[in-house]
Amino acid sequence: MSNEKIQAGLEKYNASVEKTVARFPERGNLPEQRLYTPLDVKGVDEYVEQIGYPGMYPFTRGVQPTMYRGRFWTMRMYAGFSTAKESNARYRQLIASGATGLSCAFDLPTQIGYDSDDPISEGEVGKVGVAIDSLADMETLFDQIDLGKVSTSMTINAPASVLLAMYIAVAEKQGVPASELKGTIQNDILKEYAARGTYIFPPRPSMRLITNIFEYCSQNVPKWNTISISGYHIREAGSTASQEIAFTIADGIAYCEAAIKAGLKIDDFAGRLSFFWNAHNNVLEEVAKFRASRRVWAKVMKERFHAEKPKSMMLRVHTQTAGSMLTAQQYNNNIVRVALQTAAAVMGGTQSLHTNSRDEALALPTTESVTIALRTQQIVAYESGLADVIDPLAGSYYVEAMTDRIEKEAWEYINKIDEIGGAVAAIEKGYIQKEIHDSAYAWQKDVESGARVIVGVNKFQMEEEPPKGLLKIDASVGVAQCERLHAMKAQRDNAAVEKALADLKAACEDENENLMPHILNAVRTYATLGEICGVMRQVFGEYEAHVSL
Amino acid sequence: MDKPIRVLVAKPGLDGHDRGAKVVAHALRDAGFEVIYTGLRQTPEQIAKAALQEDVNVIAMSILSGAHPHLFPKVVNLVRAQGQEDVLIIGGGVIPDSDIPALKEAGIAEVFTPGTDTSDIVKFINENVK
Repeated sequence: MSNEKIQAGLEKYNASVEKTVARFPERGNLPEQRLYTPLDVKGVDEYVEQIGYPGMYPFTRGVQPTMYRGRFWTMRMYAGFSTAKESNARYRQLIASGATGLSCAFDLPTQIGYDSDDPISEGEVGKVGVAIDSLADMETLFDQIDLGKVSTSMTINAPASVLLAMYIAVAEKQGVPASELKGTIQNDILKEYAARGTYIFPPRPSMRLITNIFEYCSQNVPKWNTISISGYHIREAGSTASQEIAFTIADGIAYCEAAIKAGLKIDDFAGRLSFFWNAHNNVLEEVAKFRASRRVWAKVMKERFHAEKPKSMMLRVHTQTAGSMLTAQQYNNNIVRVALQTAAAVMGGTQSLHTNSRDEALALPTTESVTIALRTQQIVAYESGLADVIDPLAGSYYVEAMTDRIEKEAWEYINKIDEIGGAVAAIEKGYIQKEIHDSAYAWQKDVESGARVIVGVNKFQMEEEPPKGLLKIDASVGVAQCERLHAMKAQRDNAAVEKALADLKAACEDENENLMPHILNAVRTYATLGEICGVMRQVFGEYEAHVSL
Repeated sequence: MDKPIRVLVAKPGLDGHDRGAKVVAHALRDAGFEVIYTGLRQTPEQIAKAALQEDVNVIAMSILSGAHPHLFPKVVNLVRAQGQEDVLIIGGGVIPDSDIPALKEAGIAEVFTPGTDTSDIVKFINENVK
């Protein structure tokens, strides 16, 4: 059919709509265009170049040739709370329920490199994740879990090197060589400065630690994803879909540049870079976001970094449903929200997925809530048909047009960040933080004005009883954790610890030294996380955030 | 003209989630208050010190990590101990309903949970500030 014919039909339709709209005004807060046609999408001529085929550049339709027809995404439930022993029990229960990968949540002292007995840790031990002070806790965390079989994702950033070293050391004790280990460390410090807040050191030494990990793993832990460049938290902090992928890809560019500057070759590390997206409420926009992000990254890798291996150009992504979209009000409604977000992530072609639990706007989830969240993924996988063909929304005029729109907006931001001097400079100047905050504030104002409806919050509210049976972490967890830490310290060879820490300090002071082997040595002596990070704090100093509203 | 109400928006503890704190700070500023935001990772001692130095009328704290039963009362005690008897202290974040009575008992005037309109916080401050 010719474009003229479609155009003529569209004009006829638009004329007829004018009369209807005059009589029945449309709702507010809608996409500008009400209907999409073949005129909004690329022609057949551009199909191969821009959309193409799964497993082929530019990977718009997915990174693997057969996607979920081969195997489903990894159903990876983020969990961890209280003590290593309790979290170990939750992991084993998840594996028994059919989860196919582990994802460790650490408490805030662990994420910021403090031991449980540090005064600053008071009140936080075991709260938002599991408390890990030393290799002894890590041994307990993975007790009776075969690290040669399971893949493990660890949400750890500033002290990622230390937790990875502990994982390698536990594997050694299990008889599993590092070369066999599969998993991911988040290790994405830039988004900590911009959105999530668990930074320790200033950007320069932080980037060194990250490139040290890239280099060490490329030689010793080749199956490990050395970073999970995360848009998730940027979106949670309030960004739009386009900002989420733009700021994250800008961070990705900064990591690649740092690694290249340190002497690494792009194709030696780029294949182990992974990403982390949010699955938000607007299903179709989210699908378009996933598709656009793959296309942008592929182009960045090929055109900017001249990568040659296809693997280097693939944006492989873990996804989590949007925690910030869960409501405390009528909290069972969250099951439905999570199901829709799951549908978005699956039609978007994610490689792994965590689904949030219905009660997470109130507390850490109960076992029952976590099971429902996992079952949601299984229902989408096995019953919905959404995973039966590859990239099922390709060719939708709307979704293709939106994919193009998000890609365009992402490039505009990436270019702007390049002008500022890259992601590190843009964060130091507060540009990215300001953009995120402005979007968050606009969202809140829309909710308060009623322009944006959140069911149960600003419409369809009702009186309800406070929910019962929420998970509570008792304050005694912190006390018991400190006692275990002190008992461990009394038993270890303290001379060996001192020596390993002194050696690490010397390595920190020599910029050309890769820190990973030194950290691994310290971990093996049962030096604590706080001791190891303490040495690094002495040499590297701490990041001071610049606050602006 | 009356002196504008001065509010310290604070993030006690190690929690890095400050979307809520920043949105509230912004809304309070738009409502005509003078707002000081502490930034992340403040100890109760730092918050109390800032409250004294800045001579604020209100302290609004946000915690999403679950550390509120420990940290909120600690701030109240320090602020009262330095003689700021009249400062209105409020809190917000992911706080289970069952924790709220104990927080109020400890001197937190009101607790705002997820889904709160910022206009409700403005109204509460206007009605309760001394």
